Amino acid sequence: MQELTSQLVQKPSRVIVQDRKTKYTGRNIRWEGVFKRSLVITALSVLVLVVGIFITLVVQSIPSIKALGIGYLTGKTWDPVSDIYGAWPFLLGTLLTSFLALIISIPFSFAIAVYLGEYRPTGWLSGFLKNVVELIAAVPSVIYGFWALVTLVPLVRKLESAIGVAPYGVGIFSASIVLAIMIIPYAASLGRELIQMVPSSLKEGAYSLGGTQYEVIRDVVMPYTKSGMFAGVLLSLGRALGETMAVTMVIGNTSLIPDSIFSPGNTMASVIANEFTEADRAVYLSALIELGLVLFLVTVVINMIGKSIIKRFTHE
Amino acid sequence: MISLFNRFYLLGLGAIALVLTSCNSGESSNSPKDMAGNASAGDALLGAGSTFIYPLFSKLFSVYHDSTGLKVNYQSIGSGGGILQLTNKTVEFGATDAALNEEQTQKISVPVLHIPMCSGAVVVSYNLPGIKDTLQFTPTLLADIFLGKVKKWNDPKIASVNKGVSLPDMPIIIAHRSDGSGTTNIFTTYLSKVNNEWNTKVGKGSSINWPVGLGGKGNEGVAGLIKQTPGAIGYIELAYALQNKMSYARLQNKSGKFITPSVASTSAAGNIQLPADAKVSLTDTDAPDGYPISGFTWAIIYKEQKYNNRSQDKATNLVQLLWWNIHQGQQYCEPLHYAPLSQSAQSVAETILKSATYDGKPILTEQ
Repeated sequence: MQELTSQLVQKPSRVIVQDRKTKYTGRNIRWEGVFKRSLVITALSVLVLVVGIFITLVVQSIPSIKALGIGYLTGKTWDPVSDIYGAWPFLLGTLLTSFLALIISIPFSFAIAVYLGEYRPTGWLSGFLKNVVELIAAVPSVIYGFWALVTLVPLVRKLESAIGVAPYGVGIFSASIVLAIMIIPYAASLGRELIQMVPSSLKEGAYSLGGTQYEVIRDVVMPYTKSGMFAGVLLSLGRALGETMAVTMVIGNTSLIPDSIFSPGNTMASVIANEFTEADRAVYLSALIELGLVLFLVTVVINMIGKSIIKRFTHE
Repeated sequence: MISLFNRFYLLGLGAIALVLTSCNSGESSNSPKDMAGNASAGDALLGAGSTFIYPLFSKLFSVYHDSTGLKVNYQSIGSGGGILQLTNKTVEFGATDAALNEEQTQKISVPVLHIPMCSGAVVVSYNLPGIKDTLQFTPTLLADIFLGKVKKWNDPKIASVNKGVSLPDMPIIIAHRSDGSGTTNIFTTYLSKVNNEWNTKVGKGSSINWPVGLGGKGNEGVAGLIKQTPGAIGYIELAYALQNKMSYARLQNKSGKFITPSVASTSAAGNIQLPADAKVSLTDTDAPDGYPISGFTWAIIYKEQKYNNRSQDKATNLVQLLWWNIHQGQQYCEPLHYAPLSQSAQSVAETILKSATYDGKPILTEQ
């Protein structure tokens, strides 16, 4: 593979010089073939990578699958001391934080998308807002973790003592808020672009029939963009499912099953991050890798469900 | 325009090719056989393991490098990782806060020496606003708190060992390590020793199934939870608590004395009759002045140093380095809040180190 690639690099570099002087020579045509082949190889290597990751996860999980069977998914106890591994609390924690984050983030990302796409598509404020939203995606997650630990957690603790639940501060609720902030840009950016792509003839038609701006958004823009909006939401869910660092810092890291959204919990990604380095027995290590496999599959399944929903909407 | 694109495209492919080739060479140098070759070419010794001992080791190795010119490259990847690297023979020594367990011993299959380097203590820290007195705990009380049986700070069980302290009516919030760690191992080993219920229900290990509480990542994570949450209690390394001036409790040891954790009381905990292989947990020590939650950090090496074509020089360098660590090196422990080895621990360590061989012959002879 690597020899092949270096061959490919060698030959065409001579061709470039030819390219400028004469067109459509034999070499030129050969370059076309080489170019196409290298494109295919590069694209395929991504596929090989994903399949390779999947195979590695499965192979490494085999000791755990053999020892624990299907009970791994439904088991409620994670006890490395007595080699009992049940992933249910973490599966629940992952889904709970991700979907809660999604619910919190949707109003914000839709508002940003509609405002920037429809109300203020140009101008300095729009450019500024757009850049800030994109910046949110660029901030490393450990920084969100720090911010949440120092600022958000005490606030949540105050809220918790005010409504009379155990004032831990950290927990599923705090983790969901951090996640929500982190995933806003995905749905917002995509939504804004889609809204700007709505044909103006449609909107003008609606306006000429006497529609207000709100009515146009509700009856023309939204139906036109809904599948794309959904794709944006899905993208953000994918990010939320796998997010590790920021969540680990504020979720409370307990293997107990959460009994409310204010309880501490744990997600699959943060368990792996926490326990992987010191997993000192074969089954333990394998159980952690199987957790990675489950996370991988959950992400794939959610993506597939999303794709099929998008398809249904677009074929309507 | 096209040629510009071509150039970028080729640049990209070139980069990929470069990455692939460099990956390959990286892989081959990681495989054990080449490693020995490389290592003997350069003179550096390779070590990996415990994060706890890393600050001490980096001080020791830099002093040792200045005086002898020998380079030591130590990676603090965690005790479990260190053991794994030694098993795969990718490092010459490991460092660990917990002795090898049965599975690890089986996997490594040849005798491994555990040489104590220093000891460290785990302290119980708490956050009770307005309370200036140092709290005291008995072993049973501590276990009951971490089992979730004692739920409030003004519980009579706490009050009876802390007479004169006005304890608040506040829920106790437990903070523990969420990452697998030697600190957790020492702490839970202690609780398992002193409390039967803990031993049967929860057990000991570097990660355990905590009956109650919140998890924080690393010492700083747990310390953060304690500092932020009124009513919190948790365990952290002594060195970390001293550096960050956190309040910590006195604990009752086996002889019934309440001991303040310190470098001295931690060293004292190791001043007992030690087994010949030094693979012992110092928790719940018999030493009358010893702080009860402490443990050794060991350097681990193969007993037979001739493997993978290692040169005798290399083996001698390694053993001499460790010898220096347990003698001259000990003076650097206390300034960094590590507990130096007690006399009995030092003499056991000497004997163990002398048993290291190269091709069946002892490496250290005249010392």
